[in-house]
Amino acid sequence: MTLWMLMNQAMAGTSFMPEQGTDIAKQVDNLYGFLLVVSFISCAILIGGMIYFAVKYKRKSQNDKTAYITHDTRLEILWSVIPLVIFLFVFAWGWIIYHDMRTMPKDALEIHVTGKQWAWAAEYKNGVRSVDVVVPVNKDVKIILTSEDVIHSFFVPSFRIKQDAVPGRYTALWFRAEKLGEFHVFCAEFCGTSHSAMMTRLRVVSQEDFDKWLTEESEVGSLPLAQRGAKIFQTRACASCHNVDNPAVKIGPSLYQKWGHEEEMDDGKKVNVDENYVRESILEPQAKIVKGYPRPSPMPAFQGQLSESELTALIEYIKGLK
Amino acid sequence: MGHASSGKNYLNEHSGLWSWLTTLDHKRIGIMYFVTVMFFFLVGGIMALLLRAELFAVNTTANVGQVLANGDVYNQVLTYHGAIMVFMVIVPGIPAILGNFFLPLQIGAKDVAFPRLNLASWYCLMAGAILAFATFFTSKIDTGWTFYTPYSIRTGSSVVMMVVAVFIMGMSSILTGLNFIVTVHKLRCPGMSMYRIPLFVWALYSTAIIQVLATPILAITLLLLAMERVFGIGIFDPKLGGDPVLFQHFFWFYSHPAVYIMILPAMGVISELLTTYSKKTIFGYTAIAYSSLGIAAVSFFVWGHHMFVSGQSEVAGILFSFITMLVGVPTAIKMFNWLATLYKGSIEFTAPMLYALGFLFLFAIGGVTGIMLAVVPVDVHFHDTYFVVAHFHYVMVGGTLMAIMGGFYHWFPKMFGKMYNQTSAIWSWVFIFIGFNVTFFPQFILGAKGMPRRYFNYVVEFEQLNRISTVGSWLIAIGFIIALITMVRGVLSGAQAPMNPWGSKTLEWTTSSPPPHDNFIHEPVVTAGPYEYK
Amino acid sequence: MSTNRLVNGVQVASHFKDEKHQYSSNKEGIWLFMATEILMFGGLFVGYTIYHTMYPEMFAEGAKYLDWKLGFINTLVLILSSFTMALGIYFNQINQSKKATMALAATILCGAIFMCIKYFEYTHKFHLGIYPGKMLDIAKVHPEHANLGLYFGFYYCMSGLHGIHVLIGMGLITWCLIRNIKGEFNSKYYTPVEGVGIFWHIIDLIWIFLFPLLYLVG
Repeated sequence: MTLWMLMNQAMAGTSFMPEQGTDIAKQVDNLYGFLLVVSFISCAILIGGMIYFAVKYKRKSQNDKTAYITHDTRLEILWSVIPLVIFLFVFAWGWIIYHDMRTMPKDALEIHVTGKQWAWAAEYKNGVRSVDVVVPVNKDVKIILTSEDVIHSFFVPSFRIKQDAVPGRYTALWFRAEKLGEFHVFCAEFCGTSHSAMMTRLRVVSQEDFDKWLTEESEVGSLPLAQRGAKIFQTRACASCHNVDNPAVKIGPSLYQKWGHEEEMDDGKKVNVDENYVRESILEPQAKIVKGYPRPSPMPAFQGQLSESELTALIEYIKGLK
Repeated sequence: MGHASSGKNYLNEHSGLWSWLTTLDHKRIGIMYFVTVMFFFLVGGIMALLLRAELFAVNTTANVGQVLANGDVYNQVLTYHGAIMVFMVIVPGIPAILGNFFLPLQIGAKDVAFPRLNLASWYCLMAGAILAFATFFTSKIDTGWTFYTPYSIRTGSSVVMMVVAVFIMGMSSILTGLNFIVTVHKLRCPGMSMYRIPLFVWALYSTAIIQVLATPILAITLLLLAMERVFGIGIFDPKLGGDPVLFQHFFWFYSHPAVYIMILPAMGVISELLTTYSKKTIFGYTAIAYSSLGIAAVSFFVWGHHMFVSGQSEVAGILFSFITMLVGVPTAIKMFNWLATLYKGSIEFTAPMLYALGFLFLFAIGGVTGIMLAVVPVDVHFHDTYFVVAHFHYVMVGGTLMAIMGGFYHWFPKMFGKMYNQTSAIWSWVFIFIGFNVTFFPQFILGAKGMPRRYFNYVVEFEQLNRISTVGSWLIAIGFIIALITMVRGVLSGAQAPMNPWGSKTLEWTTSSPPPHDNFIHEPVVTAGPYEYK
Repeated sequence: MSTNRLVNGVQVASHFKDEKHQYSSNKEGIWLFMATEILMFGGLFVGYTIYHTMYPEMFAEGAKYLDWKLGFINTLVLILSSFTMALGIYFNQINQSKKATMALAATILCGAIFMCIKYFEYTHKFHLGIYPGKMLDIAKVHPEHANLGLYFGFYYCMSGLHGIHVLIGMGLITWCLIRNIKGEFNSKYYTPVEGVGIFWHIIDLIWIFLFPLLYLVG
């Protein structure tokens, strides 16, 4: 009875796996659930048998007589063939799912994703570049991967998919998201210093929202500089640490009315808030720290993560915070 | 009876450090390996504790939850942990320590076939180790023990030095393997047919075949990597038209068989322990012997299962998955045979036996999770996550290390001629066994939840399981400290060991403890199999 | 420390039954070591095959920069040296120590000729700016294929590793030569000469594969 319940639970895919975001995820979980049950039974036989024998045949005296059994052909064939049959069965099952995983759907929405140390960048057909990977729900999406430097691996746990991004060639994966929401994207192939920080969000939105997002993003390029900066300020979540409309301190210093004023650093030096200072503080937050704030600063370094034009836009926006 | 009271044995016949450094006696070389490998294990173990301490808590901001200075330091520590444990502890572990000492004894030989090569192989390991440790003082390496290109080409650390170090240690491995093959072929005592050699020897023999056939591929791969870094020859560098994935093929063509270099000798040790402490002949001698050879043979054709998501073709994925499944069969055969060996035995719960039973427990879990990883779509999710980390620790640590410890306790009286304290040895087992499960079982769940490996920091939902895992690592450390104390106390002040304290039937127990220089006073003549407990 | 004893006029280590037992064990050890050598070069051959399939024209271009005549002479020299090496073993087997010395010396000479020719080939290429991989001097060489350096990566790795083995072989033969002059070898004991001989033949064999792969692919 308990076993049956455990089996049901495992089959339902709730066995420690993350949320199921795609149909493939459900299929993988079914197979995984089956494997879990079979594994549990085999471990029960092996470990349980071992404990049972160990207790039952515990040495009672130095002169215990033991049975002299050298082999038993029937038994040996049995425990070679039964595992083999099970292995072949799960192999075949796995083959079917893997074939689905690797067969790229036609007419899928294609998104180019490039890995580089240590960020992902998604590019859409209409030229939109984005840090988040935004996709419409219930639509086949094909991600075409490559890398600019070393090998990375695009991993979405909730979709049960993973594919290495290899420099010098393209690899691909596909999925059809069934749930709205935000999912983790990790880098799964060791790529150096900030390997563990190389994550991004995969946002599944409705088709309408997706179209809207895509148009808005494509118009960003033609917006005035400061407005573009405001958008970047928002998407990069700068606002979670820096106030822009009042001088109150959040985690980092407020940027309200700072432009052109002098700031005192923790080493006592005075620095004028100008283009080069702001640029440096964004790219290498540890270089100068305003007096009264912790060192090292918790702010992530954006070196290599922002393009020149994005930086200019940000600076233009900060300049205008009056 | 014949124990050491009468006079000279291999330990006391010569004295002084020089007599050790120039010895050609396989037993002394075994002891030298024992001391040095244990030292490497200590260093690698401290690295592991550092890694676990770092992962104890999420680093929410730069100062909180951080033990190591930054991601680079973490990557270095994890690289050294992996490289030391693989190339300097587990690969030489059982063959070079226990194999060196007991292979000739178990087949009734006076020494290995090439004593000078044997000593040379120890010096190779030392030279490699010194070079590897020297990278501590240059720019430390941060590639992970797998040296994947193109990262290992681009990173600014002393990869060339480390790669040369591993190359030299590979030589050591080749020499040991070559020596064992010839020893088994040529030096068996009268009556010792291939079907009468103990299963530990069968396992070492299969291992030696892999060492000789697979290690050269690692050698050339590492040489090419070094050339790539020094001259930019372009073979693995995509910028020059090379293929970085080719490195993975080459690397795993060695390193997968190397996994069996690590586990096969452990399986051999377990066969010895189970028969001795259940006082019963082994169930299915031939099946266990041939399954070792079978595993060795198949191990050369499964390397692609490390690369299911590397971009290899679907056909390759399917093929490698299939062959990997086949490795499961001989492994299952061994497990069931060991289980059947316990049936109707007379089981004594000594420390070595507890380690052997612990091996069966952990290896069962390591084995079934191995099958899960062989199923491609499931592996796509688990690949490079903590599930894999947990799996190979269950096999390498839960399997091999348990066997090493069990083997040490089993053969300790023979090696040093002294007994150790059973109770404290059993306590070491309790801590290691429980600590191991506490450390690594949560990592299966972490992996299933999607936590990738080699992560300096992680998202907050993984924190609790990481905490448990770190606490487990402390328990393991306590266990090994107890084990160390037990052994040191045994060597220093243990009681004199009798010739055959466990009532074992293999040949090494028919000579004195510790054995004389030429192992046996009179050449033994064998008339029956190795496990005749009638 | 392992105590030797004299059996049938041959020093035999204590763990061997007799000189035949020792001889067959040593020979097996040498062959196993040769297996590792062949496998190591095998890795290079596999890599070569893969890239040759990917870029056949580039490999053909690369081969044009090599002088097949020099390669051919070297092949002949090595084949000759294999013959003299075999003679060196043979003369030891029939107790003609002086002739064996001559044969071994001839082998070393052949090795030296081989290395000299190799030296001229290498320096000539350096002069032309032909270096491996990214160090290839594009401005000087004007290759048709941008990744020509890859071919020379293989060229230098394969012939370089082979050259190192030739040097090691020459050293080992010199060692045999000295022991031979001292009169340590005879028809009962010539294991080192035979072992080194096997090593030398394997090196020749590898060159016989390298020559067409590197020089004649065009």
